[in-house]
Amino acid sequence: MHDLAPLTALGHAAPWTDQIGGMAITERPQIALASVTARQGREPTCRQTLTTWLGDGPPPPGKALLRDPFSALWMGPDQWIVAADYDAHERLADELKAKLKQAASITEQTDAWVCFDVSGDRVVDLCERLCPAPARRMQTGDAQRTTVHQMGCFLVCLKQSEEMRFIGPRSSAGSLYHALVTAADAIV
Amino acid sequence: MTQANRVPGGQIDRSKTLKFNFDAKQYTGHPGDTLASALLANGIRLMGRSFKYHRPRGPLTAGSEEPNALVELRGGARQEPNTRATTTELYDGLWARSQNRLGSLRFDLLAINDRFSNFLTAGFYYKTFMWPAAFWEKLYEPIIRRAAGLGSLSLKADPDSYDKGFLHCDLLVIGAGPSGLMAALTAGRAGADVILADEDFRFGGRLNSETLSIADQPGADWAAGAVAELAGLPNVRLMPRTTVIGAFDHGIYSAVERVSDHLHSPDPGKPRQILWRIYSRDTVLCAGATERPIAFDNNDRPGIMLGAAVRTYVNRFGAAPAQRIALFTQSDDGHRTARDLIAKGIKVAAVIDVRKEAPRDGAYETLPGAQVVDTRGRMGLTFVEVRLPGGDTRLIECGALGVSGGWNPNVHLTCHQRGRPIWNNALSAFVPGESLPPGMLVAGAAKGEMSTAAALRSGAQAARKALGLKGRLPVLPEAEDADVTAPPFWYVQGAERAWLDQQNDVTVKDVKLSHQEGFRAVEHLKRYTTLGMATDQGKTSNLGGLAIMAELAGKSIPEVGTTIFRPPYTPVALAAFAGRAVGQDFHPTRKTPSHFWAKERGAVFVEVGNWLRAQWFPLPHETHWRESVDREVLGTRASVGVCDVTTLGKIDVQGEDAATFLNRVYCNGFAKLAVGRTRYGLMLREDGIAMDDGTAARLAEDHFVITTTTANAVSVYRHMEFVRQCLFPDLDVQLISTTEAWAQFAVAGPNARRVLQKIVDPEFDLSNEAFPFMACGSITVCGGLRARLFRISFSGELAYEIAVPTRYGDALIRRIMAAGAEFDIVPYGTEALGVMRIEKGHATGNELNGTTTALNLGMGRMVSKAKDSIGSVLSQREGLTAPDALHQVGLKPLNPDDTVPAGAHLMAATGPIDAAHDQGYVTSACYSPNLGHHIALGFLKGGAARLGEVLRLVSPLTGVETRVEVVSAHFIDPEGERLRA
Repeated sequence: MHDLAPLTALGHAAPWTDQIGGMAITERPQIALASVTARQGREPTCRQTLTTWLGDGPPPPGKALLRDPFSALWMGPDQWIVAADYDAHERLADELKAKLKQAASITEQTDAWVCFDVSGDRVVDLCERLCPAPARRMQTGDAQRTTVHQMGCFLVCLKQSEEMRFIGPRSSAGSLYHALVTAADAIV
Repeated sequence: MTQANRVPGGQIDRSKTLKFNFDAKQYTGHPGDTLASALLANGIRLMGRSFKYHRPRGPLTAGSEEPNALVELRGGARQEPNTRATTTELYDGLWARSQNRLGSLRFDLLAINDRFSNFLTAGFYYKTFMWPAAFWEKLYEPIIRRAAGLGSLSLKADPDSYDKGFLHCDLLVIGAGPSGLMAALTAGRAGADVILADEDFRFGGRLNSETLSIADQPGADWAAGAVAELAGLPNVRLMPRTTVIGAFDHGIYSAVERVSDHLHSPDPGKPRQILWRIYSRDTVLCAGATERPIAFDNNDRPGIMLGAAVRTYVNRFGAAPAQRIALFTQSDDGHRTARDLIAKGIKVAAVIDVRKEAPRDGAYETLPGAQVVDTRGRMGLTFVEVRLPGGDTRLIECGALGVSGGWNPNVHLTCHQRGRPIWNNALSAFVPGESLPPGMLVAGAAKGEMSTAAALRSGAQAARKALGLKGRLPVLPEAEDADVTAPPFWYVQGAERAWLDQQNDVTVKDVKLSHQEGFRAVEHLKRYTTLGMATDQGKTSNLGGLAIMAELAGKSIPEVGTTIFRPPYTPVALAAFAGRAVGQDFHPTRKTPSHFWAKERGAVFVEVGNWLRAQWFPLPHETHWRESVDREVLGTRASVGVCDVTTLGKIDVQGEDAATFLNRVYCNGFAKLAVGRTRYGLMLREDGIAMDDGTAARLAEDHFVITTTTANAVSVYRHMEFVRQCLFPDLDVQLISTTEAWAQFAVAGPNARRVLQKIVDPEFDLSNEAFPFMACGSITVCGGLRARLFRISFSGELAYEIAVPTRYGDALIRRIMAAGAEFDIVPYGTEALGVMRIEKGHATGNELNGTTTALNLGMGRMVSKAKDSIGSVLSQREGLTAPDALHQVGLKPLNPDDTVPAGAHLMAATGPIDAAHDQGYVTSACYSPNLGHHIALGFLKGGAARLGEVLRLVSPLTGVETRVEVVSAHFIDPEGERLRA
């Protein structure tokens, strides 16, 4: 077991949470991510294996599969981001590779991204100040690729009108966090 | 001052009194007032000065079309010029100042311009400032700049914030008058997602200004009831104080919401304004209509305003423009105004009706077939001179004159996608044409449906059509349905100094001059006279000008044509367009994994794209950046240094055909690269010019990780995706960026291996034999953490790049520093990195500058002839392979104390110094602490064969002329022994 201490994307030892009015903005570093892209001609195998692994078919465009222990997010044709609890599945990419073998290309993406969960009854208002995604119409399990203050992000509806997940570039975690907090201050 | 002109009624809250300040004088008003209505209530008609002649002016309108009553609002850093008093909502403590004057508003020294009006006609700029040429820069331009513009800026940073936002709806209704309210009610009741936006702070449009009834109740009450119903519908979003400023592609509209403009200052954290982007499936434009004036001599005195504005001030705001008001009209509108005034107890001096068959009302005097031919009153209207049908004239005393010249539908947003309005003979006005923005319908007065009943009907019909609702139209509330058509009356014959465009001081005479001098096309007329320009965009003036031009040209108005309208509908503060992207938040910041550690050490950061990179790490005693950089370079070359190189782009390339793919995007070969090995790669554009360089490490038969330069990380990834998806879709290859996923550090210097041996887990052999130069592999560090190790060198030293998951980057660099302490390890920044790569002769962005080829870079032989790759064919073009092509060389000054500035050009040792004799140029330069003098890289014609030659390095811009010797670009370790050690 190595002895290096991790830092969250915001530079803290532990996840950071802000309460602004009735809104909660929480950094979620304990999420392991891996991209899965079906290899040419092996798309059916990839889908079948993923279905078994996820417990449901991989999500179609604009959708996320919200399940335990694995969830998934559509990010391109025959391409998904698979997520799991970090502590239990730190080597998620290796696990997927072992299952999918040559049917897909797997890339560890855990630290490529930063995740912020935003909850509260005005979360939709917050989204409307940040990104062009139709947050008010998104239902639980909807996912959109969008931009927040020039940062390419995914927006996942965890609970309709109550909780949203922003997945953005890790190196810009500070800027994304600032955008979220500023928007929250502006609406509460 | 008391509110002497306050009259009963209106939609103001008289239970509260607001204090405000105009031109350093305090007044009072009430919630619900605008600045203009409150000033009028206080007996103030003079609110500004005109642009060119500095004529005294008061409000012409009561809305956003206002050309005259522009003020500087607020003070200090919040000062806002050119703000329309007619739309400025009154708040307690409001501070405003008149503008465009030299001296006080009443005694403006620049009013002398009016005396010289004969010389300042349209086009005088073009005629007057032609000669002498020498006067232009020193005299004319400064004077013109001093005189130009209206309000002034504070030149201080705006302390307030502005938001951007995004909304989606089924139906966007623009304008909340009778048609807009009816459209919103229809769609809202049907369950559609509706946005109803209006620029006013009170919904209702003209219903708030008129005394007409709907469903047996005052129109304003019906509007309030409709708004209350809409507010109760969860699917309807009401957006008052929101101006839809533009119609763009795909049903996208832009709107500015004035969130805090009606407050003294925004609440903490709250924006002053929000620029909304609204995505609508369908849109109903219910923008209403603007009343047009009539041109007659001296029709611009304070107190002269549109008849509809008079009704608005009296009915909605309970503010009379004066105690005695005359009316000049071509339709029944003037009589409606008269009746409203009398109901408020205001004396109607007379109704001057151009129609001989004007209706008569015993409550006031009517002058049928009469016309206003002139006015009196220096700072405000005192008399109007009326020409009676028989030719006699009569002076009528009055403090205000309401002018009603017909109505122009507000077609502006229908034109934003090149839609052309069409002429409606019945209305004598342009109405929306057929070519509307997709998804847009028009209703109400904006469509030319001028009665209240027609507005309600067309609003409901448009909403039903947009939503695809079938069946019969529901019963609508009863409302007046009078015919409003009347013959147009544009201007009084014989008038010369009759203002058409009050903001730009364009008169009837100017339009005649424009015609006389050949500027007859409508676009020429606009530009020659400035008719229709500036903040009001000619909302009250355009058609008057066109009508006169048509008459002069002997054409009809539609034959003359009209200019069309562009966004924004009304002026928008630049800050609203900037939103939150100002100052430090201008763009997102990217932080490296070692950022917090570097900050602790006092690193000086530099922006590289969005990245913040440590530029150097100063020690307390160091007073100059060169001290720090020299120390970092010397320390690294002497022992070991560490640098965060995470910012280099990293792209994961996987798939059965990954090697084939790379073989095509790089000009050198990759098919045979062994697993566990890394290779330098050069990527060419299709035209053969070098695009980017980096390394490709083969982690498995079907798995590579390539690196790009920091600057080109995105563009290279985009290029590779294009190649994958469009050029070679048959290849099995998958790409994804991993730049952010891995924290990567260069550990360089003779002791690099010793340091890393303390980090890398012992089962991994780092010896030169087991892990030679250009090796790569997956390893573990610090007791089991997955990592990647690459033996590559940018500095030219024995060097590695080690990568761990980003969350461990901070811990790893601290561990490397601890492990290297016994070797006096130094952290180094981008400056030292740059010095060492110049010493080594490695190209970077300065050399890969979009004009250079592999041949120029000394890598011509890397372009493989044994395979096809992007750019390889065109790189062999004749012009790119000439014998005297530029070659990268090293340069050192003959005098070691001389500097060699980057950007300087190379000239022969003797001969002329000019572009025709240019031999090449310097791309990168630095002081080499290892060599003890400055060095440079550059491109020299035929440079490969000119080593040892002495040239002149010249920089005419900085006055530099230095003699330099052409040397190898590899100043340090040209044989590469260090990096293979």
